[in-house]
Amino acid sequence: MSGKMAITTTVNGEEHEVLVEPRMLLVNMIRESLHETGTHIGCDTSSCGACTVLLDGRPVKSCTILAVQANGREITTVEGLETADGLHPVQEGFKEEHGLQCGYCTPGMMMTSVALLAENPDPSEDDIRKAISGNLCRCTGYVNIVKAVQYAAKKQQGVTA
Amino acid sequence: MLPSSFEYVAPTSVDEAVQALATGGGDAKIMAGGQSLLPMMKLRLASPSLIVDINNIAGLDTLEESDGMLRIGALVRHGELERSELIRDRYPIILDAAQHIADPLIRNRGTFCGSVAHGDPAGDWATVATALGAELHAVGPNGAVVHSAADFQTSMFETKLGADQILVEARIPMPKPGQGSAYKKIERKVGDYAAAAVGVSIVLDGTTITEASIGLTNVGPLTIHAAAAAASLIGKSIDDAEAIEQAGVLAAAASDPVSDLRGPADYKRDLVRVLTKRALRTAGTRAQGKEA
Repeated sequence: MSGKMAITTTVNGEEHEVLVEPRMLLVNMIRESLHETGTHIGCDTSSCGACTVLLDGRPVKSCTILAVQANGREITTVEGLETADGLHPVQEGFKEEHGLQCGYCTPGMMMTSVALLAENPDPSEDDIRKAISGNLCRCTGYVNIVKAVQYAAKKQQGVTA
Repeated sequence: MLPSSFEYVAPTSVDEAVQALATGGGDAKIMAGGQSLLPMMKLRLASPSLIVDINNIAGLDTLEESDGMLRIGALVRHGELERSELIRDRYPIILDAAQHIADPLIRNRGTFCGSVAHGDPAGDWATVATALGAELHAVGPNGAVVHSAADFQTSMFETKLGADQILVEARIPMPKPGQGSAYKKIERKVGDYAAAAVGVSIVLDGTTITEASIGLTNVGPLTIHAAAAAASLIGKSIDDAEAIEQAGVLAAAASDPVSDLRGPADYKRDLVRVLTKRALRTAGTRAQGKEA
């Protein structure tokens, strides 16, 4: 079975049937088979978090998971954040607070932040810094990223309050 | 980077997984979290011909106490231990370690049992399992096999787990009255392995230490069971500063670190001494029911 295998996976709410070689990485399937290129390949060594996606709701590094392991699972990428109502509060936060410069780490940073806020809607600065400690940014110094997540937390609480 | 080609199966029972392993002829690898195995495969440090993915086997995600033991199934991720109320309330050494393994994203995927089975002397869980006297329950073609955590590793990346066996569960004795434990780790940055780390578990009768166990991480070719250091504490008071210092000195003597980017060997050996003392103090405070 080192030939291609058929898997069924749900990405951003849409079910896909994909043929993958067992050694194909999840990030490669997302980018090359599904042509969703918002998920970035950074270090490709499980260090930087640029490839972070949600797997059944939890943020994971898609360069360190096999595509076949997404069979029957639900994936959310950065493309899944925006809705008909507009940008996700986390996306809006990164825009409003200038939480990016080159933007390379941003998709991963946002997916981790979305998962943090789902679990902890009112995180402290320390909670935010710990949550994003597996996502590296080489531009911003993290200050505006923290502000972006704080903005999103406030916005989400305002909406649900 | 892609791994070399391999065959892939994702069985739905332990029996099927054991059968699949047998077809790999010793060259198959179990994949649970894959957070050590897959990076090694991408770097071509490992090129198994068959991956047996156990993520679809129901029942391996057990995390509960029963029959006097804490049971940690093969699919329990570091992050689940970090978020578990049971662990937070009753197994402080596990919480200590879980919070500082790799980074939060890797902790959502990597597993306790996978880390132990990987046999890396830099792995935090083998030390915790050693300090807590864990039993490692495996299943092979001839049925169940139980290994002891304390002497599980045989050399770097080698353990007593047979190539035809799957580690399905770690079992840790439930805490006794007066038991306290702690894990102290120095890492250069999030995501790095320990420069050195020490896990201890003690049992106190009043202030007298009646049981002690000490494990050391990443300061030798194996996870180190610092038995002489632990034995030196028996009958001593947790408030006896000289006894605590002596245990630190003996633990450092049991370590065998190498100089590398994480520091010179002498520095790491002294870290072991200091971290052993700190871990003993924290474990003592916890054993006495105080916050630490």
